[in-house]
Amino acid sequence: MLDLKGYGPALMDGAIVTIELAFLSLALSVALGLIGASAKLSQSRVAKGIATTYTTLIRGVPDLVMMLLFYYGGQVAVNMLSDYIWETYEIDFFFQFDPFISGVVTIGLIFGAYMTETFRGAFLAVETGQIEAARAYGFTRFHTFRRIMLPQMLRHALPGLGNNWQVLLKTTALVSIIGLTDMVRVAEEAAKAERMPFHFFIPVAFVYLALTAGSELFIKWLDKRANVGVVQGG
Amino acid sequence: MADQAPLICRDIHKTFDKLEVLKGISLETRKGDVVSLIGSSGSGKSTLLRCINLLETPTSGDIIVHGDPIKFTTNRRGERIPADNKQVELIRAKLSMVFQSFNLWSHMTVLENIVEAPIHVLKVPKKEAIERAEAYLNKVGIYERKDYYPAQMSGGQQQRAAIARALAMEPEVMLFDEPTSALDPELVGEVLKVMQSLAEEGRTMIVVTHEMAFARDVSSQVLFLHQGVIEEQGTPEKVFDHPDSERMKQFLTPNF
Repeated sequence: MLDLKGYGPALMDGAIVTIELAFLSLALSVALGLIGASAKLSQSRVAKGIATTYTTLIRGVPDLVMMLLFYYGGQVAVNMLSDYIWETYEIDFFFQFDPFISGVVTIGLIFGAYMTETFRGAFLAVETGQIEAARAYGFTRFHTFRRIMLPQMLRHALPGLGNNWQVLLKTTALVSIIGLTDMVRVAEEAAKAERMPFHFFIPVAFVYLALTAGSELFIKWLDKRANVGVVQGG
Repeated sequence: MADQAPLICRDIHKTFDKLEVLKGISLETRKGDVVSLIGSSGSGKSTLLRCINLLETPTSGDIIVHGDPIKFTTNRRGERIPADNKQVELIRAKLSMVFQSFNLWSHMTVLENIVEAPIHVLKVPKKEAIERAEAYLNKVGIYERKDYYPAQMSGGQQQRAAIARALAMEPEVMLFDEPTSALDPELVGEVLKVMQSLAEEGRTMIVVTHEMAFARDVSSQVLFLHQGVIEEQGTPEKVFDHPDSERMKQFLTPNF
């Protein structure tokens, strides 16, 4: 039996932090991705410009740099803002950057950029005839989006979405750098203290593997559901 | 009010960039009219149909649906656009369209395709919408396929489902955009038969078609379009048997 030298509960808590972090970041990145894709496909030049700047910037900077910039830089920015507000309005405003929130926001922002590209491609893959039929039957724009574009886009987006999710899940390991006690951080401390790197890192690797393998099955199932009404091959 | 024309178009022009596709088309239907639009490819007949339900915005000219003229305005770039989206949605609900490539929503079953717009656009109660849909599916002869997805059916069955979808809106006018052009030859007949039965029931229809036999036997009015103008217009007898225009005569002469 695997003896975790008393680090078992801490590792368990760490694993839960990892999972929470991953799901919250996923939710944020999907929301940002839908907004970003809509902006890129919109008629407005301003919206297009903002979305393009966002994706270019984020995709061009390493995740780790972004995270450090956001966590340390973000706190400095809040401090400066807090000083300014105190001096000008004498209002006491302060906000401590929590590593968990920083992690969710940074990972959400990074993957929001990748999701933007995934969703943009998926929206473009929806046949124009499908949307035209909705317009021709008097659907509002919102109704066309919700009932026709979204379900059809999802079918094209799922493979990319699944891919992004797996990379996102593994990227959460980076938050140990900014001091969040996730599973990796706990294992690192335990490994150092006990001088047993294999003993602690291999179980962690298996937890990640189990999570990604599980999500792969789930995505396959979703894919099957989303492709209902599509004749394969032919 | 009772016998108001379901659809009037006055002097419709449509320009794409610099290309003028429609050069002033007027058309008036009475209730129960079947108007066939014929002409070679690029003559503007599909564009006219798409202007009628505002999938394209006419550059100038008026469209009046059951006495209700569509309101237009001009946007910042100086393009003409419909002024009132609500009005456009209402009018589209009265003019249901059957497309060349069917355009059934591929993620919905046949029945779901047919009840979608009645429930969400016309606000028909769900139960009634389903009953209505089943009645129309029976009428077009594919009731037993109601739970199929579009991709599981033949082109002819898909087009008949699309006609049932159009009928379920109980529209003022039905617009058909080359409804048989994407079908295998042996499937054309089943769709034309359904369309003929609709014409006999007195439904108002505007049909863009290459099926000359259909245009001749079923329509009450035939319009021959050539390069964006109406070259010949009248009853089928007049247009097919005694055309005035040289173009129409050429169009009818087989050419191998």
